Amino acid sequence: MSRAGKNTLYRILLIGPALLAITIFMIVPLGLMAYISFRGRDYSGGVVWDQFTAEAYVRLFFERELDGTLALNFNYMAIILRSVWLSFLTMVISLAVGLPVAMFMATRDRKWKAVLVFMVTLPFWTNLLVRNYAWILLLRDHGTINSALLWLGIISEPLPLLHNAFAVAVGLTYSFLPFMVLPIYASLEKIDLKLVEASFDLYANRWQTIKRIILPLAYPGIVAGCVLVFVPALGAYITPELLGGGKTLMIGNLIGFQFGAARNWPFGAALGLFLLMLVLTSLWLYARRYRGEMERSP
Amino acid sequence: MRLNPFRSRAFPGDARHWPGLFTATAAFFAYVYLPILILIALSFNENRTVTIWTGFSLDWYRMAFSNRDIVSATTNSLIIASVASVSATTLATLAALRMASNDRFLGKTGINAVFALPITVPEIVPAVATLMFFASLGFTFGLGTVIIGHIVFCIPFAYLPIRARLEGMDPKIGEAAADLYANPVQAFWRVTLPQLVPGILSGLVLAFIISLDDFVTTFFLGGAGSTTLPIYIFGLVRTGVTPEVNAISSLMLLLSLSLVSLSLFLGRDQNRKTGPD
Repeated sequence: MSRAGKNTLYRILLIGPALLAITIFMIVPLGLMAYISFRGRDYSGGVVWDQFTAEAYVRLFFERELDGTLALNFNYMAIILRSVWLSFLTMVISLAVGLPVAMFMATRDRKWKAVLVFMVTLPFWTNLLVRNYAWILLLRDHGTINSALLWLGIISEPLPLLHNAFAVAVGLTYSFLPFMVLPIYASLEKIDLKLVEASFDLYANRWQTIKRIILPLAYPGIVAGCVLVFVPALGAYITPELLGGGKTLMIGNLIGFQFGAARNWPFGAALGLFLLMLVLTSLWLYARRYRGEMERSP
Repeated sequence: MRLNPFRSRAFPGDARHWPGLFTATAAFFAYVYLPILILIALSFNENRTVTIWTGFSLDWYRMAFSNRDIVSATTNSLIIASVASVSATTLATLAALRMASNDRFLGKTGINAVFALPITVPEIVPAVATLMFFASLGFTFGLGTVIIGHIVFCIPFAYLPIRARLEGMDPKIGEAAADLYANPVQAFWRVTLPQLVPGILSGLVLAFIISLDDFVTTFFLGGAGSTTLPIYIFGLVRTGVTPEVNAISSLMLLLSLSLVSLSLFLGRDQNRKTGPD
């Protein structure tokens, strides 16, 4: 066999199995999902394969009245907007919390850096369900926070902390915060601290230094962190399920619901495709922007 | 008493001592670790009301270990995680061996994007897509479907550390093997693979943890007899907070923490120790 032929053979044998596994069990199903979103709904929880319809997409905005006319329906739009809003809020809070932490980490010596990176990474590898459950213990009416506040005499009635948008925002931030800290740290870590000294020597104050030196240098990390927090928050399932308590649904729960009690696969597929597009668009915008950054920098 | 060990009277241009950084970081770590610590502490609480501390007890652990459902859920979790992590790591290692080389070929960027796909898309989307896929093919939902789902999302977690390890290897060592008349097969078995083993093990452990902790894919692809620990915990949590949940949850946390420490230990960069500081 020729050398080039052998090379191709190795390539197929080595890369092929993993590529095939992801293609068959992820990409093909995603394609099928797109197809099903345009099929009819079988009320027993399936698909009417030979019926083409855009009913699932109509359902996103309209409700079909008994006489067949369409009326605007904002219920699903409200859930989608809430998901985007909560993910955006999570991103902003994570950025506000993550930036000083990343700055602190980046200015330590090497040994401390390793310890701090380990401590930030560690919770990510623990069970997401369990970490969200821990917040139920804290936020419940008789939970740790309310008990402590009652005992201190700050409040006389338990605060309604659980089963609302607040609880979901806390849980989402808690779940995805490391994704903000680590990329910002990675870009700040490379900063030469002498730049900061130089800025002060040139009579800049702290805020000017942050604005003119640190933020521009941290920018790639900030953008990456925002994407890495926003995307998983948008598709969150466990957090709103446990901490939102049925009233604060997000897109993920709405999708899941179509495959459980609601038994509306085409609608679930349409929502899934919508979420997928939302995520891919965010990633594409990020990739385009980031490439632009790379080209501009010398 | 100085609360902040990092603070000193340095001039303001020294970014290491800016005010607020230490406080923010301390608050951050409290936010990250306190809930976990409170959960673990409450699992040792003898009181049934869960949040008020009355005394130390191991009763809830005893109850958890003697609960047959928990034992079978643990067995399922371990079976799924073992099969999925070993399969995914095998596939990932083969792919990484070819993908880590410097040469460019048609579709290389695309293939890397495909390998990253399972961690870029929110899990719920491929989970329901695969649910429809298996249902259309007439598969019976159970351990088998869950394992297939897990293999797919475990691939990137194994692939990324293994590829990183391969890319970090010194190509001169391979060249040296060739200079000493090793043929490519010998060079692979005697030189490349032994160096790669820590990377493979690190990827394997990460894939294992990710599979063990998974909820969403298992929830949608599971069926009768494939209840895993996270699914079991979820069922209990929905009906109410009980001390048993605290005990099993704490055990899951400790298991993940020890496994991830093991993985980071295996995957650490050994060259650093000898390299210049």
